[in-house]
Amino acid sequence: MYRYDEFDHQFVQERTAQFRDQANRRLSGALTEDEFRPLRLMNGLYLQLHAYMLRVAIPYGTLSSKQMRQLAYIADKWDRGYGHFTTRQNIQYNWIKLEDTADILAALAEVEMHAIQTSGNCIRNVTTDHWAGAAADEIADPRPVGELLRQWSSLHPEFSYLPRKFKIAVTGAPNDRAAVKVHDIGLRLHRNDAGAIGWEVMVGGGQGRTPMIAVTVRDFLPERELVAYIEAIMRVYNLYGRRDNKFKARIKILVHEIGAEKFKAEVEAEYARRPEQTTHVEEKELQRIAAYFAPPAFEKLSRFSPAFEEAKLLHPGFARWARNNLAAHRVDGYTIVNISLKPEGGIPGDATSDQMRLMAELAERYSHDELRVSHPQNIILPHVKKDDALAIWQALVPAELATANYGLAGDIIACPGMDYCSLATARSIPISQAISRKFADLDVQEKIGPVKINISGCINACGHHHVGHIGILGLDKKGEEFYQITLGGSSAENASIGSILGPGFAGHEVADAIEKILTTYVKLRQPGEEFLYAYRRLGPQPFKEALYAAA
Amino acid sequence: MPLLKNNAFITDSWLHLGAEDALPEGGNVTIPFSRLKNEWESLAKFPGQLGAVLSNTDHAEDVAHFLPHLALVVLPFPAFVDGRAYSIARQIRLLGYRGELRATGNILPDQFQYMTQVGFSSFEVSERFPLQSWQQASKQMSLAYQRGLYRRVGEAEVWSERHADTAPEPTPWEEQPHAG
Repeated sequence: MYRYDEFDHQFVQERTAQFRDQANRRLSGALTEDEFRPLRLMNGLYLQLHAYMLRVAIPYGTLSSKQMRQLAYIADKWDRGYGHFTTRQNIQYNWIKLEDTADILAALAEVEMHAIQTSGNCIRNVTTDHWAGAAADEIADPRPVGELLRQWSSLHPEFSYLPRKFKIAVTGAPNDRAAVKVHDIGLRLHRNDAGAIGWEVMVGGGQGRTPMIAVTVRDFLPERELVAYIEAIMRVYNLYGRRDNKFKARIKILVHEIGAEKFKAEVEAEYARRPEQTTHVEEKELQRIAAYFAPPAFEKLSRFSPAFEEAKLLHPGFARWARNNLAAHRVDGYTIVNISLKPEGGIPGDATSDQMRLMAELAERYSHDELRVSHPQNIILPHVKKDDALAIWQALVPAELATANYGLAGDIIACPGMDYCSLATARSIPISQAISRKFADLDVQEKIGPVKINISGCINACGHHHVGHIGILGLDKKGEEFYQITLGGSSAENASIGSILGPGFAGHEVADAIEKILTTYVKLRQPGEEFLYAYRRLGPQPFKEALYAAA
Repeated sequence: MPLLKNNAFITDSWLHLGAEDALPEGGNVTIPFSRLKNEWESLAKFPGQLGAVLSNTDHAEDVAHFLPHLALVVLPFPAFVDGRAYSIARQIRLLGYRGELRATGNILPDQFQYMTQVGFSSFEVSERFPLQSWQQASKQMSLAYQRGLYRRVGEAEVWSERHADTAPEPTPWEEQPHAG
């Protein structure tokens, strides 16, 4: 894991002192709210429906157990004993006081964390594959590039007042778990025919009210050129991105309006103008960072673990959890443990401080002191010996963390919706709870197989409904919440935007509608055909008939 | 409006002409960029110093041709959240301009350090903030991760410091000729 050196420490300490002064000036009235707003946002502080919300950065989703414990401590001391893990691998606290914020930032700095640029019209927390460094399909760990970009983008003087927010995602594996094609910039590592590695640079993906899949501007950029090249993209966006309408201000609109070819030409022209400077420093910095991400000292184990196999025979509950929540590790005898934060009837992504401490303890004992926050709002123990999986499951069960629904219908992504968010037009959490209760029977979920259900409480799409296999969008129709259903979206390497199926539903009808869709799928699928592929083959018609024919 | 330069309030020695104003005999005058382009043939013979007032939608490459003849470039921030002028400033400095680069408009202390880092060297500021606010604001952060920024004494680039054996010796801002 990355560790701060003296410079990183000094940087976050100065930043905390700067924010303390800004907050004091706001409290004294020396700063107007209009002047203060961008400053607090760039330190992660939002004003929500009921209170301030603080979003803490978890760079590329990687945490140590010490850091996880500090997140629990913050939840207890300054919030209401819980936190909410987000789709961009961050954590949010919902009940924060402005007066406490600088103290919380200081508490974060103690464990090498911050809330820098988790909001605001600037470059946000860089996200990656949550299985980075562990996944069997990985070409290389993307986190060194994530850390390089975290540093380079932190308090970038040129790019702190962009037309709109800017999100970068990085993947080092062909199976895209970081949703890079629906980010402002997506970076994908791949090999060329000569076996060398390079980065595909994609620009202009996004969700919100105008969902778009990113276009490729460079197919094979050498790693040492990443910083300078991204700087050129950012400059073109900062200069030409629209500022007259905040709903048309994201880079995807610029790429769309001037066209991918023209955009690419602008970027290349800007890149060609970069000052005559070498990339030796960037290369050395990347090497320095990469050393921190060296793989942990894995033991030499057999691929086959008799203890693990025996435990599955003895405990059917464990066998189910192992089947659904464990993933292939690159090293023999190891596995990736996906801890579901989606218990039946729960709030997706929420964890109590006690749960955080338990997961920290398990990471310390069994996973080389490492945890990950995943884009679908779960927690991951990346490096676990198969021999230890049973002990972990047994510790998770009483803490309500052992739900065996990873990647299944109950593993729902949902935004906070109108229960917390001032932008929302409808509630998301109760819909998610109703669906997860509807599919409480894990036998049913397993029979349905992998499916991504994503729920957003407004058109801004924080719950990623556009790229859910099944997407649900909450809207307001004359004071009543109603929900539009889209099918066929994906945020993976086969990315696509879902299509609206038909007229919307009242809140209490949604779970039934989802059940009808999935029943129809089970009836019509070919052997082994997952929901997304069945939909792509069948088209919307059978699902429309199931939902609307009777009416 | 006070003019802030090198951490002090100074008197503006420039005369700022509009699109129609007659040129004086000499001295320091700024001209809107559109007029500068149109009337360059006659303006090139002006005996005093010339400055250009840009808008934040002007392109640096259009200005490039005139830069060697200018002693002042003025760039506006119509609102402090409109960040276009940061990039134009950076481009103008990258084009080799070493003269005074002045920020006008909605200039606030909390963005002051960013402006100096991209190459602004003077600031038309509101009377609302005493000199002390600006002096404090100018040194909020002593470190930056980015390379190639303008630095003052006491500011450092983290990556260059970490790899001092690779990077050329950083030159503090105040020792550079364009600091004015």
